Amino acid sequence: MMTFVSALRVVAARMAVTIFVVAAPGSAAFAAPAVLAALPGDSVYQLPITLTGQDGRSARLDGRRGAPVLMSMFYTSCKFVCPMLIETIRDVEAKLSVEERANLGVVLVSIDPEHDTVQVLKRVADERGIDAARWTLARTDAASVRKLAAVLGIQYRALVDGEFNHTTAVVLLDGDGRIAARTTRLGSADAAFVKRVRSVALAASR
Amino acid sequence: MERAALWPPRARALVAALLAALAGNGTAAEYVQVPAGTLTSAIAPDAIGTPVPIDAFSIRVTPVTKGEFRRFVEARPEWQRGRVPQTFADRRYLLDWPSANAVGDAHAEDEPVVNVSWFAAEAYCEAEGGRLPTWHEWEYVAAADATRRDARDDPAFRARILARYASATPADLPAIRAAANAYGVRDIHGAVWEWVDDFNALLVDGDSRSGEDADKLRFCGAGAINLQDRENYAVLMRIALLSSLNGSDSTTSLGFRCVRPVGDKTR
Repeated sequence: MMTFVSALRVVAARMAVTIFVVAAPGSAAFAAPAVLAALPGDSVYQLPITLTGQDGRSARLDGRRGAPVLMSMFYTSCKFVCPMLIETIRDVEAKLSVEERANLGVVLVSIDPEHDTVQVLKRVADERGIDAARWTLARTDAASVRKLAAVLGIQYRALVDGEFNHTTAVVLLDGDGRIAARTTRLGSADAAFVKRVRSVALAASR
Repeated sequence: MERAALWPPRARALVAALLAALAGNGTAAEYVQVPAGTLTSAIAPDAIGTPVPIDAFSIRVTPVTKGEFRRFVEARPEWQRGRVPQTFADRRYLLDWPSANAVGDAHAEDEPVVNVSWFAAEAYCEAEGGRLPTWHEWEYVAAADATRRDARDDPAFRARILARYASATPADLPAIRAAANAYGVRDIHGAVWEWVDDFNALLVDGDSRSGEDADKLRFCGAGAINLQDRENYAVLMRIALLSSLNGSDSTTSLGFRCVRPVGDKTR
């Protein structure tokens, strides 16, 4: 298996396409600029959508490109599974070393943009005490939600009472936005998934 | 007076449609308006038997044809076979075309396009100033026969639909132009299966036949969808197909049509 960085070098050398620098989207974690090549065709980041985080800042879906990301979808008024989702991701993080965790982004996108305004996301972020440097609770428009769910393989359906049915999956994206692993296990962290997170985080930090 | 009030919300869609028609160098697609109403859906996310409100919308009279889709990929080369990222289309995308910009003979131009992914279908509809219909919008229109807006209780109607689905084969794509239903919509049954906007809303659990949710934690809120109408086999076939697909999948019998919003939100 090629490491992520060596794969990136190969891609860059082969394609010699537009090389650009990822600007820091307002976070210290992005202080060191990374030089990246064209996106792979199977990257989730091919999707040209914009997310707005709990801090009110907007960025394209690939705003954390260069670092691994745990991505999932949720809605804030969900009483049971969605708080568990946050705890599950925290449990994954707890099994990582400080170095592995340092660059790992967590992006949770609401499937309920009508109710999950920036203010609501901010309140929930504060209530849950999330680490805003690495975690983003985000919203986007309804059409983009449907597309993001489609690329992540997440199903959801609005119910008449304002609740949603949705499949719960945490998706691990590598630095180029390719799906490296996914888990549907909630509660305690899925060991095989944690292993994949560690190896992708390690590859990205080299 | 009322029409003038409808203009502003519609204006953008109309301009987009006009631009798309010009860019596509073809004639503008024909849409018919579908009035608002309620639908007792064959599938029930919750509150079994509660009708779902449907806002007015307009819908394409016919599915998108290969000729129309060819003009789209000519105007938007990023959606050509061989150029489109794997994230949006699998390797079967437009595979029945002899080349990236040719669909075959004149007859093929008028056949419904198939082998299109959900992402490509959605992009096409956006270029036409609309989107894919929701499951409920599609089901609402598809409930009609030639004279009734909801013929679903008629066993003969169901049998006709089922027979058409059962006989559809990839090698036998009919040129569209079947008789219009009560809304003026053609070929919604029998020509091809059609994508819907919320294809990934059909949460069908492996064990939903039993009515029990085998893995409750997969779903937030209530469990998988319930089927209110177990006798409606054509609907079951549709659910089975759409719920099994990813957004990048394309199949030899799956096409699409588009809808556009209308400004009138009153019912």
